[in-house]
Amino acid sequence: MMDYFGDPAIWLPWTFAALMGLSILIYVVLDGFDLGVGLLMPLSNDDEKDRLVASIGPFWDANETWLVLAVGLLLVAFPTAHGTILTALYLPVFVMLIGLILRGISFEMRAKAPIAQKPMWNGAFFAGSLMASLSQGFMLGMYIMGLTWTLPNVIFALLTAVFLTVGYSFIGAAWLISKTDGQLQRHAIRWAKGGIWGLILGIGSISLATPFISTRIFDKWFSWPEALYLAPMPILSAALVVFLWWQLGRMPLTNDRWAWTPFAAAIGLFTLAFSGMAYSFYPYVVPEKITIYEAASAPESLFIILIGTLFVVPAILGYTVLSYYIFRGKATALRYD
Amino acid sequence: MDTLLLSRIQFGANISFHILFPTITIALGWVLLFFKVRFTATGEQKWMDAYMFWVKVFALSFAMGVVSGITMSFQFGTNWPGFMETVGNVAGPLLAYEIMTAFFLEAVFLGIMLFGASRVKPWVHTLATFLVAFGTTMSTFWIIVLNSWMHTPQGYEVIDGVVHATNWLEIIFNPSMPYRFIHMMLASGLTVAFLVAGISALRMLWGDRGEDVKTALRVGVIAGAGLIPLQILAGDFHGLNTLEYQPAKVAAMEGNWETGPNVPLVLFALPDQEARENRFEIAVPNGASLILTHKADGVVPGLNDFVTEDGEVLHPRVSPVFFSFRIMVGTGMAMLLLSWGGVVMLRKYGAEAMPRAALYAFCAMSFSGWIATLAGWYTTEIGRQPWLVQGVLTTKDAVSDVPSAMVLSTLIGYLVVYAVLIVAYIGVITYLARKATRGEPFSSRTYPRRGEAVASNLQPGE
Repeated sequence: MMDYFGDPAIWLPWTFAALMGLSILIYVVLDGFDLGVGLLMPLSNDDEKDRLVASIGPFWDANETWLVLAVGLLLVAFPTAHGTILTALYLPVFVMLIGLILRGISFEMRAKAPIAQKPMWNGAFFAGSLMASLSQGFMLGMYIMGLTWTLPNVIFALLTAVFLTVGYSFIGAAWLISKTDGQLQRHAIRWAKGGIWGLILGIGSISLATPFISTRIFDKWFSWPEALYLAPMPILSAALVVFLWWQLGRMPLTNDRWAWTPFAAAIGLFTLAFSGMAYSFYPYVVPEKITIYEAASAPESLFIILIGTLFVVPAILGYTVLSYYIFRGKATALRYD
Repeated sequence: MDTLLLSRIQFGANISFHILFPTITIALGWVLLFFKVRFTATGEQKWMDAYMFWVKVFALSFAMGVVSGITMSFQFGTNWPGFMETVGNVAGPLLAYEIMTAFFLEAVFLGIMLFGASRVKPWVHTLATFLVAFGTTMSTFWIIVLNSWMHTPQGYEVIDGVVHATNWLEIIFNPSMPYRFIHMMLASGLTVAFLVAGISALRMLWGDRGEDVKTALRVGVIAGAGLIPLQILAGDFHGLNTLEYQPAKVAAMEGNWETGPNVPLVLFALPDQEARENRFEIAVPNGASLILTHKADGVVPGLNDFVTEDGEVLHPRVSPVFFSFRIMVGTGMAMLLLSWGGVVMLRKYGAEAMPRAALYAFCAMSFSGWIATLAGWYTTEIGRQPWLVQGVLTTKDAVSDVPSAMVLSTLIGYLVVYAVLIVAYIGVITYLARKATRGEPFSSRTYPRRGEAVASNLQPGE
């Protein structure tokens, strides 16, 4: 049965790379917006802070699970790459983990600890979000630069750390525009306008830097006729940025019309940028060193996982959609009853 | 210290911190479902009040479990790349099934369980509560399958130094899996039983005489008394299983150096690994032979059998295994005494008039489940050394070549954060208990139906 789609040592690694890419993309969008909401905490007043947290309350647990799935897929499908990548990123991974721990716990603590401690836990919530976002951006930059710790690479990674963090705060603000109303929504529109540059600079700098890392990637983008087929990606990205600029300028609209569009456009931008990166690096899982085919686990093991995946992932997507449907509409105070 | 030892301590610190919270949520999920179902069946407010108090502890513990668990999935790569490179073909699918069948189930339905009561029909909320409890149990199952396989591997072949799976049923139902799974589920049940009893006792000491507190105390004491004999039995069976598959571990647990019959049960000693003998030994004659073989002259393996002729030691360091095992058993015995005593007092005086001494005792034992669980895990995990996967991969062959200074500095970072968070966690649980005792409004006091929710100044997540 494994041979049905051709050589299992080819199509299974490809399928798992695609699944892993999908989970990373879903993670970046979903945890991106809730990390972003955490980043906006210092900009908001005390009442707004509660609504900020309420807007992500029912979702953040499941959002972070996509990170576990993405790392899990890297771990199970490409074990040698997993070791190479994570030992190279030892320190930023540590910073991210501490950040995620602080964040997840202050989320609960700020609501349950004595009221006098609340500002402290709000601070921890912000600090955790900041540590996680910065370190993810840093890891992204290091990955693009081939995971070697040289000064130029670290400087580039520090830049992507800032850009991704601002990008997250942008998608967080876009989420708030659709999940809140009134004064807070107007604030969110202002925050989104203030954060859009991070997105533009981030996507721009990665797009410009990537082709110059290797001639292989350069040729993939700038040889004929590939350049023609790929042209829609940068054009579409530019169109989305222009749309966001125009739409945020005229918001809020009467009756809250189109409040969901900045978030949708932000998802579009994240997806385009991610697809571009995936196209650049394929077939490598460790840039320019190890391909997905060299790093893959035994086909028999991958096949066992794939069978489960075919049943389970649609179910996961189904009940994730159900959860977003149940908690649709404007965010209200979180209550256990 | 070298990278190997520091990495072991770091992994031990991370997984010790992590396991505290799943140990609570695995069983607390089922206890919450029980409270919820009792409320639906009887309509008595006390069940909903108990649910509303403990669901807060659950939410907090769950968040701690999720975020500390993310650390684990990264530690494999950052500190132990050799593990997945060698046994990834077996460990990978098991971890993948855990993430796919358990993590998402519990994480998504947790949102509905915690915050969805006013947005979905009551039966959907009960279903969500069930799915969360079921998800945590599935998660336990898969991770225990992997852990047991590391102790008693089967269903694989080694090709060019890499393990390949040959029979998944043999891998999943490996010899120690049923014992380990039952032992862990019961450990979680006991941890929650003593936590519920202990915190309820604390609230009663502070003067809370609410029906929900007395009910929770009863549930905790009776559950503890019912589960502890089962746990002792399960532990005994697990020990016999270990004797069969990992005799070196049993030898270290018993502190027995020479293989032979009529081995005494060592109650206390200071094992001296250099001299290869016990000092200050207090022992019951023939005890270990009786427990392990059910015969006074039964042969019990000794540690000296696990040293090769050229002096390589193939058994774990004796002291940590020896003492963890005694701490676990000692805590278990204290649990047996207290919970059975508690049941007798419940019958005699009722929950209302429990003697204060008994309440103090339950208070003191609130987190005893944590101690026993950690001690038990240390016994079995240190007991597997020097192997990471018994007979297949040694721990030192799996460690990464990250500089030891890096491992040390991150280790210190983790330890500081963990120490602060443990204090904060226990502090908040006692704070919630005090707040409940003072009768400050919980949203549960008037349980609003769908559509009745009024604007309130409640904080999010409360």
